Amino acid sequence: MDAVPITRATRRQVLLTGAGLLAVALVRPARADAPDMASVIRDFVGEAVVRSGRVKLEIPALVENGNAAPVTLKVDSPMTEADHVKAIAVFNEKNPQPNVAIFHLGPRAGRAEIATRMRLATSQKVTAIAALSDGTFWSDSADVIVTLAACIEG
Amino acid sequence: MMIVMRPLRRWLGVLAAGGLLFAAAAAGEMPREERRSGFDFMSDATKAMQRDDTLNPGMLWLLEGEALWRRKAGSANRSCADCHGEAAASMRGVAARYPTYDIREARAIDLQGRVNACRVRHQDAPPFGHETPELLGLVAYVANQSRGMAIAPDSDERLAPFRENGRRLFNERLGQLHFSCAQCHDDLWGERLGGSVIPQAHPTGYPIYRLEWQAMGSLQRRLRNCLTGVRAEPYAYGAQEYIDLELYLMERARGLALETPAVRP
Amino acid sequence: MARVLITVPEHAKPGEVIEIKTLISHPMETGYRAGADGRPLPRDIIRRFTCSYNGVEIFRADLFPAMSANPFIAFSTVVTETGTLTFTWQGDNGFNQTETATITVS
Repeated sequence: MDAVPITRATRRQVLLTGAGLLAVALVRPARADAPDMASVIRDFVGEAVVRSGRVKLEIPALVENGNAAPVTLKVDSPMTEADHVKAIAVFNEKNPQPNVAIFHLGPRAGRAEIATRMRLATSQKVTAIAALSDGTFWSDSADVIVTLAACIEG
Repeated sequence: MMIVMRPLRRWLGVLAAGGLLFAAAAAGEMPREERRSGFDFMSDATKAMQRDDTLNPGMLWLLEGEALWRRKAGSANRSCADCHGEAAASMRGVAARYPTYDIREARAIDLQGRVNACRVRHQDAPPFGHETPELLGLVAYVANQSRGMAIAPDSDERLAPFRENGRRLFNERLGQLHFSCAQCHDDLWGERLGGSVIPQAHPTGYPIYRLEWQAMGSLQRRLRNCLTGVRAEPYAYGAQEYIDLELYLMERARGLALETPAVRP
Repeated sequence: MARVLITVPEHAKPGEVIEIKTLISHPMETGYRAGADGRPLPRDIIRRFTCSYNGVEIFRADLFPAMSANPFIAFSTVVTETGTLTFTWQGDNGFNQTETATITVS
């Protein structure tokens, strides 16, 4: 007789937990499901070693609203046929997925300098990696603090 | 629709805000010398986004408004330009003195109400819906013609009871949190709520591109956010309360420069 | 058609490096934001932006949901000859828009 309430309670508990998990999964896909930053960086650089330097990632240290953080990417490069930046990729560590953008340049760019605006879900590190024509890869990172609007729109 | 801009002079905006404050004293809760636009409380990055018309996302709406100004509309098949000519001439100073008094409706009316009244009365066209790109664009385009000018509210005496209602609303505790606008924006400006600095709540740049909305929106939308923020039921769009509040806020902001289209966090 | 704002000089000298700024009206819905019913709004973003100069691609960007709404992209190019700059934005739900701007080189 006593076993029945325990069994029912257990089943109800399991059902509730299951529904709770389902609700969480629908509203906020777990970061674990998305490829992690290391693997998408590997997609971009292959087996090459990424060294720190050459590229500069400029982003404010404190961003008032995570919807639009201004980003500037610069590489000191002559941008000639022989020596130029092929691409600059931007990655993040705490958004739902790690890619931000990949900008493809070349000698016709004249200057390796790009400006854009990105979303930041929370305070985190942003990383830029430049792919040069000589096959080398260079990176720069920045930590950004994100504050959010105080009065929630609702 | 695409606009190509040629990089010309940059508009430096209200950096020299101090120069535009009037020395004349006026009754009000906030000392005139202390008044600053919300622009001054923003980060450098957000200020840069507002200052440069080639960077300001609000321009996307404003340029649509410019196109609408010239487009014939309604059964009257008439454009704004047909009556008002070039906006740069005819609309200069208009936004700086709104809200104003509408004789036909015997009440205070805001700029978006005026645009819609013109559509109905003179173009024989249906009014634009609240927060539609068309209405926001046209109002932004008209208000932009007063950019840089000091806010100079209309002195029509018939506006007094509406302005007084606005002042009452500003000071009235509202919502589950039981806050009045004055408590934060008169008494605690410059302090922080969450991570954000509390501004003084001067409507210097409306309609604004708000980063939180990722779009342009009206003062009414912003006031609704405040009401939701104190857990009060917002008045419906178009409610007289918003116009009366705007009347009071513009008087409170007298002398500050208009910045439309402003960018705000 | 989305509203677009492009900033590019009307005239330039050959060999000059010019800055081109582009801004397009687009929600860039990430696919992670919950709607009023609590369910995520479907992703709707621009995925690719290209710029061609007299038919030759000079710049390309692959964009992901971490790009802001109303995407702003500024880049440079070396001025070669008089002609047309062609800008295209392509993305989810068949989004495809092309705009052009002329440049006079002397």
